[in-house]
Amino acid sequence: MSTADAAVDPAVGTAAGAVPETAEAGPGAGTGTGAGTGAGTGPAAGTRAGALAGITEGPARRPGAVRAWSRLLVSETGLIFRRPRNIAMLAVLALVPVLLGAALRLFGGPDEGEAGGGGAIFAQIAGNGLFLTFAALALLVQLMLPVAVAVVAGDGIAGEAGGGTLRYLLTAPAGRTRLLTVKYAGAVLFSLAAVALVALSALLTGLALFPAGPITLLSGTTIPFAEGVLRIGVVVLYATAGMAALAAVSLALSTLTEVAVGAIAATVVLVIAAQVVSAIPQLSGLQPYLLTHWWSGFDGVLRDPVATAEMGQGLLVFAAYTAIFGSVAWARFTGRDVTA
Amino acid sequence: MVTVRTDQTPRTDRTAPGEETARTARGEGTAPAGGGAAPSPPAGNSADHAIVIRGLTKRFRGGQVAVDRLDLAVPRGSVFGFLGPNGSGKTTTIRMLLGLVAPTAGDWELLGTPMPGGIGAVLPRVGALVEGPAFYPYLSGEANLRRYDAADPAADPRTAASRIGLALERVGLTAAARKRYRAYSLGMRQRLAIAAALLGPRELLILDEPTNGLDPQGTREVRSLVAEVASGGTTVFVSSHLLAEIEQMCTHVGVMRAGRLVAEGPVAELRAGEEARVRVETPDPAAAAAVLAGLGLTEVRTGAAEAGAALGALPPERVTAALVAGGVAVRGLAVHRPSLEDVFVGLTGEGFDVDG
Repeated sequence: MSTADAAVDPAVGTAAGAVPETAEAGPGAGTGTGAGTGAGTGPAAGTRAGALAGITEGPARRPGAVRAWSRLLVSETGLIFRRPRNIAMLAVLALVPVLLGAALRLFGGPDEGEAGGGGAIFAQIAGNGLFLTFAALALLVQLMLPVAVAVVAGDGIAGEAGGGTLRYLLTAPAGRTRLLTVKYAGAVLFSLAAVALVALSALLTGLALFPAGPITLLSGTTIPFAEGVLRIGVVVLYATAGMAALAAVSLALSTLTEVAVGAIAATVVLVIAAQVVSAIPQLSGLQPYLLTHWWSGFDGVLRDPVATAEMGQGLLVFAAYTAIFGSVAWARFTGRDVTA
Repeated sequence: MVTVRTDQTPRTDRTAPGEETARTARGEGTAPAGGGAAPSPPAGNSADHAIVIRGLTKRFRGGQVAVDRLDLAVPRGSVFGFLGPNGSGKTTTIRMLLGLVAPTAGDWELLGTPMPGGIGAVLPRVGALVEGPAFYPYLSGEANLRRYDAADPAADPRTAASRIGLALERVGLTAAARKRYRAYSLGMRQRLAIAAALLGPRELLILDEPTNGLDPQGTREVRSLVAEVASGGTTVFVSSHLLAEIEQMCTHVGVMRAGRLVAEGPVAELRAGEEARVRVETPDPAAAAAVLAGLGLTEVRTGAAEAGAALGALPPERVTAALVAGGVAVRGLAVHRPSLEDVFVGLTGEGFDVDG
């Protein structure tokens, strides 16, 4: 336990601190690519313009507006990262890779053949600690990370409405578009922090428990350790983009209710439903349209050269989801009576 | 000028729907109604009114009409009491004023700016307490105020600390500034909400039931705080269902009933609508009554050991002199001026409680 705590605490600090600089990369890149094509989802093209206008309206008007927007965002991230519930979630997320690494170290055995049942990535962990990061992200991105993101994003508007603080924010006046974009940015920053924290925790655990050094990729070629870490960074950004798309869904649900738990539960139910659908072979035609299908689509970075096709497709889907549900959230929130 | 509205009069000259009609109807409906050389009538222009409401209506989705063609003007610098039973539409009106709820019809101005277009520009100059305090339970009082200050785009972050400290000091919460909101008592929460409304220099304060949950001491402090803020030139719009509170705090008053305004005007003039009565305690009520009648007073009544009459414009000392001159043994003499409660019970009916 003591090693686990030691790994968690500095990790929280680093993740939160690193957030503002790198935040724009994930969702920004995603939306940028998405604007080019309407692939995958028909109605995306029509609503995308609205969502983008909504998202850029706040910060783009004048320098004072940018400062006001940033000040509210700083306040928002302070709220998110100081909230005991969210800190607990981050701690649990950081603990999972440690437990995973320890279990593999204790029960996996040094023989690669024995560990082979857990898939290609798992088989590699014993050979190189860096693979623990990929394994941990692939595992957590399916449910635990989405739940954590849903808790924060789903709480966004509904939590403020339920607690009554929404009326005071709006009479401050925070401005509905500004508040919504800040809420979304906050959820994206939390997604980034959560994903980066898992990666960092897994990286440190992997280095502590398994051999480090040049990595032999799934395609057979070997890359230096430093490049392996760089590729982990790519995976972190990709997974964050996936979580950012989920945050848009969750925030849209959050504008429909005054009960935060309702928005959170609805998001989690949608995630699980999507995963059930993708597990049914007869419905495999739907898979490309499901958000969940693309979350773990970062295997490509373990090949040489990096296989970008699947990740590119994934980013398009993330962008489409973000645009559609961002528009829904904006349309709903800017037109709604606040009676709570 | 006092405008007392019955259910019949405003309805007839406001039959046509739509904003334009509502606007003109307000002129017809209110301006000629009361006589006298009182200060600016409610139909006045926006320059000397902090709040002007014309034909404001809110029909909720269920079809329930919470506010029904409301016309109201709050003079700048006044302490305006917004009075009415629970459920009469006060809070919905306040929510519409602040842009939280979109009206079904009608328009309004805050500080001379048409709403809702000017919300972003005007609300930084408006402090509001809407339907009780609401804060983040896991933050301290100070951190909570910082949060709301961050939401105000016009607030200067460099002066935030000093403004927050000042606001906390004004409501007497400096000692509890670092305590978590969760640990605050009901009264402390209410004070913190008032502190939030005082975070910046405000031209208008909108306070919805500001003394809810406060003990008598706290109530008195809120009253003196309101007086202090108002003496600085800030207009205060305060809603309440407590008559005594309004009577002690306000210069002007508007009375709501079932979504409509049934009376508005300066407190003193509303009260003047009801006549003062003189009451004489005496062992000889009949003789006293005769003297009172001899003075030309009306509504003379006698009781077990007292006699009373409507005082009218007669100075009370004349009554005393006449009683003494008439040889009536006087044990006591009192002039009873009607409270607002007497006035409002007449306007809203006896049950000043929930309107069903």
